[in-house]
Amino acid sequence: MTDTAHPDRGPARAPAEPITEDALQIAPNPPRRALPLHRELDRVWSDLPGWRGFFASVNHSTLGLRFMATSFVFFAIGGLLAMMIRAQLATRGGAFLDTALYNQIFTMHGSIMMFLFAIPMLEGLALWLLPKILGSRDMAFPRLSAFGYWCYLLGGAIIVLSLLAGVAPDGGWFMYVPLSGKTHTPGINADVWLLGVTFVEISAIAAAVEIVVTILRCRAAGMPLTRMPLMGWYMLGTAAMMLVGFPPLILGSVLLEIERAFGWPFFDVLRGGDPLLWQHLFWLFGHPEVYIIFLPAAGVLSTIIPVFARTRILGYGAIVAAVLGLVFLSFGLWVHHMFTVGIPHMALAFFSAASVLVAVPTAVQVFAWIGTMWAGRVELRLPMLHVMGFFATFVMGGLTGVMLAIVPFNWQAHDTAFVTAHLHYVLIGGFVFPMMAAVSYWMPVICGRWRVRALGEAAFWLILIGFHGTFLLMHLTGLLGMPRRIDRYPGNPEWEWLNLVSSGFGMVMAAGFALFAFDLVLQYLFGRRSHRNPWGAPTLDWAMALPAPSYNFASLPGPGRDHADALLSLAGGEGLLPGAPRGQREILVVEPGSGRPEHVAVLPGNTLLPLATALAVGSFFALMLAGLYWLTPLSMAAVLWTGWQWGHLMGTDRAHPPVRVAPGLELPLHWQVRPTLAWQGTVALLVADGALYVSLLFGVGFLGVVAPMWPAPDSGLGLGAALLAGLALLSMAAGSLAARRAEARRDRPAAARLALSGLLAAVLALACLAGLAALLDDPARHARDALRAVTLGLAGFHGIVALMLALRSLADARQGRLGTGRRGAIPAWRLFQDFWLATSVLSVGLVLLQEAG
Amino acid sequence: MLIGAALITALVLVLVALALRRGAGGTSERRWTIHWGLGFTMTVLALLLGFGLWTGERMISRADDALRVEAEARQWGWRFTQPGPGGESVTTEGILYVPAGAPFDIVLRSADVIHSFWVPQLGGKMDAIPGHENIHRLQADAPGRHEGLCAEFCGLGHAAMRFEVVVYDPDGPPPDFASAPPPAATGEGS
Repeated sequence: MTDTAHPDRGPARAPAEPITEDALQIAPNPPRRALPLHRELDRVWSDLPGWRGFFASVNHSTLGLRFMATSFVFFAIGGLLAMMIRAQLATRGGAFLDTALYNQIFTMHGSIMMFLFAIPMLEGLALWLLPKILGSRDMAFPRLSAFGYWCYLLGGAIIVLSLLAGVAPDGGWFMYVPLSGKTHTPGINADVWLLGVTFVEISAIAAAVEIVVTILRCRAAGMPLTRMPLMGWYMLGTAAMMLVGFPPLILGSVLLEIERAFGWPFFDVLRGGDPLLWQHLFWLFGHPEVYIIFLPAAGVLSTIIPVFARTRILGYGAIVAAVLGLVFLSFGLWVHHMFTVGIPHMALAFFSAASVLVAVPTAVQVFAWIGTMWAGRVELRLPMLHVMGFFATFVMGGLTGVMLAIVPFNWQAHDTAFVTAHLHYVLIGGFVFPMMAAVSYWMPVICGRWRVRALGEAAFWLILIGFHGTFLLMHLTGLLGMPRRIDRYPGNPEWEWLNLVSSGFGMVMAAGFALFAFDLVLQYLFGRRSHRNPWGAPTLDWAMALPAPSYNFASLPGPGRDHADALLSLAGGEGLLPGAPRGQREILVVEPGSGRPEHVAVLPGNTLLPLATALAVGSFFALMLAGLYWLTPLSMAAVLWTGWQWGHLMGTDRAHPPVRVAPGLELPLHWQVRPTLAWQGTVALLVADGALYVSLLFGVGFLGVVAPMWPAPDSGLGLGAALLAGLALLSMAAGSLAARRAEARRDRPAAARLALSGLLAAVLALACLAGLAALLDDPARHARDALRAVTLGLAGFHGIVALMLALRSLADARQGRLGTGRRGAIPAWRLFQDFWLATSVLSVGLVLLQEAG
Repeated sequence: MLIGAALITALVLVLVALALRRGAGGTSERRWTIHWGLGFTMTVLALLLGFGLWTGERMISRADDALRVEAEARQWGWRFTQPGPGGESVTTEGILYVPAGAPFDIVLRSADVIHSFWVPQLGGKMDAIPGHENIHRLQADAPGRHEGLCAEFCGLGHAAMRFEVVVYDPDGPPPDFASAPPPAATGEGS
């Protein structure tokens, strides 16, 4: 029944390198009995029993698994749609679906696979794995994990249910305007995409913020960045790209939704817009997206390959450099999706070179993996089979990608089945195979069981054969001239046999995926109990009992206890911060670079708040979708109210004594330090916010230079508007000043007065912005006016956030939650207030420049 | 290029296979990351990029006195304007007439959404975008008829948005510049 290769005899171990700084001396805690320690921790960290546990969980293991399981359900739905596409194309007459439905189905296949499978799958993997492999007990923001999950689930449900209602998006997964504009898509199909995907993207931004902060601050004591497991580097790169890459898409979606709902022109050429702006914003997201998907998968490969080659990874430094190179380069090649839109050849040459160049860091990694296998002795266990599937598939996808980066070839192959084949080689080779390797590798940690024999191998071969049978010939189909997204081809019998072969093998692949899922279920239900660390891996994710306990580590890893063999010592409480003696969820926070322990963060426990917040946000999207715009202020109020509740848990009204983490090492709780996780998270969020703002500036500049129908008609803005803008800026500056002084004088009664004056300054600034809104030219007149209105709206949005934080700071001051060490919400208020001021100064300067020019 | 890609794929897979068969043994990091990863890759890519840019530069439209024809795309059809017999413009639906043996520029416009002009047998494609005018250079060497299609998804009639290019012998009798017959019902969905 079970795999006979179970390593009872103790396999050859992959050698463990010390990943912590030896110089950092931390004495062990006295050993304790493991079972009482487990009970003490489990009481604090586990989910609530019953249905409340489902809705109130904030635990990273629960949520990570839930993300992955949900994404697999969406993968199955997307796969079903793919089978319908293949059934339609199997013959040239294609009588299976009508065109309208076919258009919905291929649009939904792409959208689901990208937004509801790939991104959430990697978020789930990061959420589930990072604390384990970095040596912590949870992610930095457990409630944010839960909030992201609910946004994902609700947004995904809206998108998928639209298919059942027959109003699914039908403009292709990249939703080019004007086809997806109101004139050509009058129904709500496009709104479903724009609102649903934006709702889901909230979870992507949330996950990115969390991943960055977790990797920088929640590692094992003494683990410097330069020695952390490669998975950490890959996920850090991924999250950084998400922070910068998603905002252009979010901005584009918001603009298009505003154009559809209120008629403000951004993409309408008759009123100063340009459809190419959408393409730029979309691919500014869309190309980094490919690497956002690929990097975590590459992280899996860099983790798994050395384990099965029984050696160390070759070229740690080169791989880190390659990751950083990919992150940087991936933002310079979005235009290669737009080689046929009529861009000058000089510009094409630049983007072509950048697109070619991005193959270099990828190749460095591929050769480092081969070198690792070369140096060691490879055991072809099931996860390694999937790694072989990666090599057999991805290399070709990468090479066809290089071919597509060559401009003349691109002109021929663009928008044909060749591109379809290429992107499936890249995504299935570069993401799905590594993810299957990851799941089969970590299943023992997930469910504590060993797999059932042979089924997994059968599934692998079915998928591999089915995949290549489907997509290899599709390159040829494309070169023979078959474009993408057609539903029948009566005049081209020469394409028919190729499509028929693809369709047949597509079914084989689908059967393979079904078998893969079935195998996982069998393992979960009937697998034999797994031994500890069955693969002989060196990393900390195996330094725990199987399945992983709710708290991961009974005591936290540190120097001398930084690899899988430290399991017993950690479970016996010899590591840092053992147990849960204060009855709260505590983790260690370290200095970002060196990993030196800094303070102890108290994390929130089970709560329904994330669900309530997601429902409030969801009601906004639902009302927008229903066209009930006048009701949306109710939703906004609900969002503000739930958002306010989040702050209750984030302060304390008394000074806490330092906590003994290890003999001779006492650290403060996070309420009494300034560089908290929350502060770092706010900075990360503002990076994304800044990327959104820069995207908006890009839009202003792009339309002004490229779009027809410019310059815009004369504006009615005059001296009154200038005075109001000046007063608004002065009030914002006064707010920034008040926040600074309030923080400096936090231990005195003056703090409350300063917070109050900051609050009033924010109210005044918002009132000025409202006055400006009344003076603006009609936004529906011209793109310039529409962009000004959006810029003003964005300033108003930031103003409301700053106002809420000022109010929170005032409440903190009044309720005694400020003190010598305790700063309450003031640092976050300062950040937002400064951001509000800086972007507003830029915006006013931009308008002045437009008016002067 | 296809053959090159196939060779490189085979090379990498052979390296993987060798790595699998080989027992444990020392190897140097430089060999894999620097020699293979940077050296081999950069060489291949530089050659390819240079070739691509050179070819692309020769293919693009430039200011000379090449023949100009116009194409306006709409949902779902093509209208072409080309010089007819005697030099005056002739407008046709669904068929483009060009002489063989000389380069010609197509000025592409769109009346509604984005379309893309593509004649697979003649060369690359170019988008027709509302508000923009794109110029695309092609050349047909011998008289004949070629299938053309819209390559950018444009809604319900996308699959049926075909056209034809008739290449005529400039020294022979001129063609009749007739429009295409209206398409038969192609089942464009409900």
